Amino acid sequence: MQARGLVKRYGRITAVDHVDLTVSRGDVYGYLGPNGAGKTTSLRMLLGLIGPDGGSAQLFGRDPLVEGVRALDGVAGFVEAPRFYPYLSGRRNLELVAALDGDGAAGRIDAALDTVDLADRARDKVGGYSHGMRQRLGIAGALLRDPRLLLLDEPATGLDPAGMRDMRRLVHRLAAQGMTVLLSSHLMAEVEELCNRVAIVSDGRVRYEGSLHELLETTAGRYELRTTDDARASEIAGGLAGLSAVAPAPTGSGIAFSAAEQVVPVLSLALAEAGIGISALVPRTATLEELFFRMTEGGEARPAEIAAPDETAAADAGDTSTSPAEHAQVRT
Amino acid sequence: MSAATAPAARRVTGSRGGPGVGTVYRWELRKLRAQKRTYLGLGAAAAVPLIFITALLTGSGGPDDVPFGRYVRETGLAIPLVGLLFSSVWLFPLITSLVAGDIVSSEDNHGTLKTILTRSTERWQIFAGKLLAALSYAFVALAVFVLVGLGVGGLIWGFDPLTTLSGTQVSAGRGSVLIGAATLAYFLPMVGIAGIAILLSTVTRNSAAAIVGTLIASFVMQLLGVINALEWLRPYLLSMQFDAWQGLLREPADWAPIVRAAWVSALYAVPAIGWAFVSFVRRDVAGG
Repeated sequence: MQARGLVKRYGRITAVDHVDLTVSRGDVYGYLGPNGAGKTTSLRMLLGLIGPDGGSAQLFGRDPLVEGVRALDGVAGFVEAPRFYPYLSGRRNLELVAALDGDGAAGRIDAALDTVDLADRARDKVGGYSHGMRQRLGIAGALLRDPRLLLLDEPATGLDPAGMRDMRRLVHRLAAQGMTVLLSSHLMAEVEELCNRVAIVSDGRVRYEGSLHELLETTAGRYELRTTDDARASEIAGGLAGLSAVAPAPTGSGIAFSAAEQVVPVLSLALAEAGIGISALVPRTATLEELFFRMTEGGEARPAEIAAPDETAAADAGDTSTSPAEHAQVRT
Repeated sequence: MSAATAPAARRVTGSRGGPGVGTVYRWELRKLRAQKRTYLGLGAAAAVPLIFITALLTGSGGPDDVPFGRYVRETGLAIPLVGLLFSSVWLFPLITSLVAGDIVSSEDNHGTLKTILTRSTERWQIFAGKLLAALSYAFVALAVFVLVGLGVGGLIWGFDPLTTLSGTQVSAGRGSVLIGAATLAYFLPMVGIAGIAILLSTVTRNSAAAIVGTLIASFVMQLLGVINALEWLRPYLLSMQFDAWQGLLREPADWAPIVRAAWVSALYAVPAIGWAFVSFVRRDVAGG
């Protein structure tokens, strides 16, 4: 699935501003952003529900704008909460959408109901379903299409903790079966657990797109240090080759610095020689949540800050065959 | 973005015997069967002739000043015809718009447009299925109205020969055929009403607005029809076409009003449905 330069304007507001997304086969792709960032609008454009003002999308090489619903062959999912006819039963709703699918979808109803654990409530009217049951029915509806690409828009939103856990397990299981999943979410734990690639958007723009692992790596190499004499330790650290960005720690006590892992022991020995005791030396890898806030609330300048240590860290690690710049493109 | 970028070969691989308008139509009817409003309209279509008959049984007077009004106690065949005369003002515009004015906007209300538009059925097929379902409903309601009036009226006053508007008598059998033909003619302006209702349903995305809007449009046409200064406008009013069927109950039959009803109704229905169609196919589904 590819989106290139998607634009959608509503009056003077640009809801989606030149969004590029690339989801490859087998990815579990996290699409992150605060409410109103344009995630849902982008997904609607991918599903052909709304027409973009610019750019194009391709699903398995087909453009929904050009080919209509045929571009959705092998694609299923929902945007925002899945919606059904409240006056029909869950099964009847699935029969309806299966009829609109054709192509053997009706034969998958029982299996789909079993997968989402709704078989025993399938005869009840959807009007009486809980929010979680409707979400699950939405996934069952998507599974009827036997999709290769599943688009899920915040599937766990509004679920209780057990419901969220079950939803995560379900997505995990589907991905393990080889399904490509595009998961829009603002639940960082969910994304960290499930996704291998992410795009982070805010104000309609993509702030980061690439591997989740590499995104988290971008903050590797940042340490916090507390000693018996922070002022002298700061001087010593400042004088060592390979250490940079020495500053007071953001937590208030101690100092923070950036360094490659092999330089850290050099610092600890230097401190010991100077008679300074180390009370704490902690690597400070940011969580996805911290990165998310930095990118979505920090405005334009912040992503570059994150990008900078990325090159050092990954180059030092020396474990990537491709350069991180190719994978982790930070757009400002 | 452009069609030229999509190789023709790719299109061939997508062709298959998928669902079509018939599938949508069948499911729209099933959805109608599951909704209360459906039975409200059908119930009204059955109740109104029964109320009329009850009024005739309990009183001695009759609607003498309207066509067939003098014969309501002579033959059951006159009952549905008099009923049709009275029902063009409110009843059938209401019953028609009850479903036609809701058939698209109910998807907006339930947020289900996205549910059905992300399957393998094209938008035009969804729209066509909905249009056919709305028209079918209007016709079924009309048929219920006529059959209840004819059946119950016939049981009470007998299936006796009917006096036509030309003063001649026709047998009950031929009279029934004429009533059937009159029903078909009566359906023509209902198609026009349904077209307006579907347009409002599609454009306003609000069932109440579409139903009330259709009734207002129908009522305004009734009003324009009674203004003497606007007599030239009368033949082009949809409301006037509800009387066209009377041409069939003359001997020989007068086809001119039927032909006029057909093209005047089309004058309303075709642009309204066309507009609704284009709007439905091109719209952004941003809600739900």
